[in-house]
Amino acid sequence: MSKQEWPLYEVFIRSKAGLSHRHAGSVHAADDQMALDNARDTYTRRSEGVSLWVVRSDRIVASDPAESAAFFEPAEDKIYRHPTFYDIPDGVENL
Amino acid sequence: MNSEQALNRYTLRLADNALILAQRMLELVAAGPELEEELANANFALDYIGQARMFYSYAAEREGQGRTEDDFAFMRDEHEFGNLLLLEQPNGHFGDALVRQFLFEIFYRHLLDALTQCADQRLREIAARAIKEVDYHCRHSSQWMIRLGDGTGFSHARVQASLDDAWRFTGEMFVADDVDKLMQDGFDGPDLAAIHALWRRDVGKVVAEATLDLPADEWMADGGKQGRHSEHFGFLLAEMQYLQRSFPGATW
Repeated sequence: MSKQEWPLYEVFIRSKAGLSHRHAGSVHAADDQMALDNARDTYTRRSEGVSLWVVRSDRIVASDPAESAAFFEPAEDKIYRHPTFYDIPDGVENL
Repeated sequence: MNSEQALNRYTLRLADNALILAQRMLELVAAGPELEEELANANFALDYIGQARMFYSYAAEREGQGRTEDDFAFMRDEHEFGNLLLLEQPNGHFGDALVRQFLFEIFYRHLLDALTQCADQRLREIAARAIKEVDYHCRHSSQWMIRLGDGTGFSHARVQASLDDAWRFTGEMFVADDVDKLMQDGFDGPDLAAIHALWRRDVGKVVAEATLDLPADEWMADGGKQGRHSEHFGFLLAEMQYLQRSFPGATW
């Protein structure tokens, strides 16, 4: 019997209708269905969500930390891209 | 026995099924093959504990003699428990425990479904709440059956052996005794013959998809519902009841 590690899946939870899915963590699973079940059993035990996404970690295309200067730093001095000059009306929780 | 007394017995049997299965599952805590499966098993066991408590509380209220859910769980002897023999069988290996869950949960799901239509309001309410949990358990155990049966040659052979082994305990689920009949006639309770047909259909579907063979119906064990248990049961109770037997009324 082989002692092979199950592939890793990343788990995303939508905490309530209208919000977007957020990364919650990861689970190991032998297949997609099991990944969904394991995510449910691991991350939604305390009513954390209304929708789940799982995706195999090795299918995620990630940016390279070595390139982070070229990727992200040019945005740092573009203050005019932030909508910080608007007043947010009272009662708007999620913008 | 009248139908009111039958309802009391019936409620206790439901509670005993949930409690004894939970006790077996809790023996597996910290022995799961993977962290995620470990959590799933413990979650499911706690679902069953929750159901057992609802059934025991109702049984205690109906009896009206001041007994509590703890008295039912910890202060009764073997012959007073009415759980199915299947549920008290030792865990064995992962495939054995899985097959036990699978065979019982498909049955239990249909039983709860029928109970949501019965004439007793409390049982209807408890069943409606429990069925959501058991729906998910069925999904989980069915997928594992398919995964192991249709997996490697090794996993196929082992889970087939587990299925063959457990099969003799399935007959008892569908044999209606006086309690079942009074429950059916007096409270529009579950029709076990109808549930048997649904169970065969659902179990057959998963077993076929798992490329496993459905065992033949040969000799079937019975007696659990009536309190005649297998030799394993005394050991299970000894462990489960130890604390309350040694220190009656102990709390923390």
